[in-house]
Amino acid sequence: MIVADKKPIEEIIEEIKDNQNILILGCNECVTVCEAGGKKEVGVLASALRMYFLNNGKEVKIDEVTLERQCDHEYLEEIREGIDKYDAVVSLACGVGVQFMAEKYHATPIYPGVNTCFLGATEERGLWTERCQACGQCILARTGGICPVSRCAKRVLNGPCGGSTSGHCEINKEVVCAWQLIIERLTNLGRLDDYEKLAPVKDWSSDRAGGPRKVIREDVQQ
Amino acid sequence: MNVKTPSKLEKILAAGHLAVTSECGPPRGTDPEVIVKKANLIKDHVDAINITDNQTSVTRMSSLAACIHLKLLGLEPVLQMVTRDRNRIALQSDILGAASFDIHNILCLSGDHQSFGDCPQGQNVHDIDSMQLLQTVRHMRDEGKFLGGDEIKRPPQMFAGAAANPFADPFEIRVPRLAKKIAAGAEFIQTQCIYNLDKFEEWMRLARERGLLEKVSILAGLTPMKSAGMARYMKNRVPGMDVPDELIKRLADTPKEKQAQEGIDVCVESIQRLKEVEGIRGFHIMAIEWEEKVPEIVERGGLYPRPEVD
Repeated sequence: MIVADKKPIEEIIEEIKDNQNILILGCNECVTVCEAGGKKEVGVLASALRMYFLNNGKEVKIDEVTLERQCDHEYLEEIREGIDKYDAVVSLACGVGVQFMAEKYHATPIYPGVNTCFLGATEERGLWTERCQACGQCILARTGGICPVSRCAKRVLNGPCGGSTSGHCEINKEVVCAWQLIIERLTNLGRLDDYEKLAPVKDWSSDRAGGPRKVIREDVQQ
Repeated sequence: MNVKTPSKLEKILAAGHLAVTSECGPPRGTDPEVIVKKANLIKDHVDAINITDNQTSVTRMSSLAACIHLKLLGLEPVLQMVTRDRNRIALQSDILGAASFDIHNILCLSGDHQSFGDCPQGQNVHDIDSMQLLQTVRHMRDEGKFLGGDEIKRPPQMFAGAAANPFADPFEIRVPRLAKKIAAGAEFIQTQCIYNLDKFEEWMRLARERGLLEKVSILAGLTPMKSAGMARYMKNRVPGMDVPDELIKRLADTPKEKQAQEGIDVCVESIQRLKEVEGIRGFHIMAIEWEEKVPEIVERGGLYPRPEVD
């Protein structure tokens, strides 16, 4: 899933403080799972903002809505009817949802309420970690199912680098060395010989380097 | 004598001499005298001088520019090049630039992470890794082509080297990793600083058993300790470093004012012991900001005078 983290409330206030009618718009997908932008977080943020404006003697109306998804036209249409009464929307969706909202509702300012962080997993409640950078050319078959692009600080494809110590990365002892994991995994699979296969220079044109990406699937287009 | 490049380092190794290299870090400014001064301290005692590439991710004068200063003095530089800061266009471009000044040695590295340096908020590039940089150098030299496939007019003639850390984890892949670097094109290896000689000799034995030592020239990396404090720092704070407790104790048991000399003695003893190890082809003496001690280490290590080659 896409993992996001809450923005500091001061940053959100700075963006919206001059508005009178504000919609806090949550998303029921990834940001709900990572507890950054679901219905619960919409309620918490709305209450905190109401408190702030009340304490500052400002009359501001704050509404709360959480959509099934913000990255889907169908669900964004659900708020079309009332959108004009708001002079600002704070979207707690990932960056995709924020942009999709802005593309749909041209006259309404949309502000991000979260920082979109990475593609990751829930390791335990309150701990999410990165697993994928969406490079567009998956190499996991060669690396025992562990991704050096997202999990190595230097995205070394023929690792580990000289900074790997006791299974940890040179940047921080809390960070596990991806190549240590790859070697352990290849060992467990009886495939350590594969370690010596040189990974070729990678084609990054399917990564960020190639510009904005798209996937076209004619077989499912209507 | 079978050599592939005009590199003096390659010729010395090919002639069967024990090679001696050292390194200089470029200044954090524009004064070329800093590099000239350091080089002049060691030039008669080494065959080639590595110039580090923004080591520990601290911004400095570029390695290429400093190598050119050495070249202008008639010295033999080893251009260190890390994959952290430049993509494949810039790396290939700098290889051409270096070769245009007849810089004939390159050491391919990934580089320390930028979080250690003066720009921890900067991006890193890592378009290719150190092994792929080796492949790139060899491809440009041997095939006379760019990575993109186009022909290079007057291809670079560079002797290709890599670093190896016999002490990094996990130990079981240290020798396979060396094999991989050789397969990628490494012709010489400069190792991480060696303090644990037993472990290093074990690594050499395993490499010898795999027949790797016939394919690559291993230069044993040595850094003299200035004090017991430095030894402790290296052990505890520098990633991938193996400093035995006995060495720390030996330095700590020496009166403070004599610890630096003791560190030099340790370094000389290491050379004497490692000279006897089958497959050792030379030494890489990294006297960090202590270049003036290199002549003494080389002389007492029995590595002076340096051989002449054409």
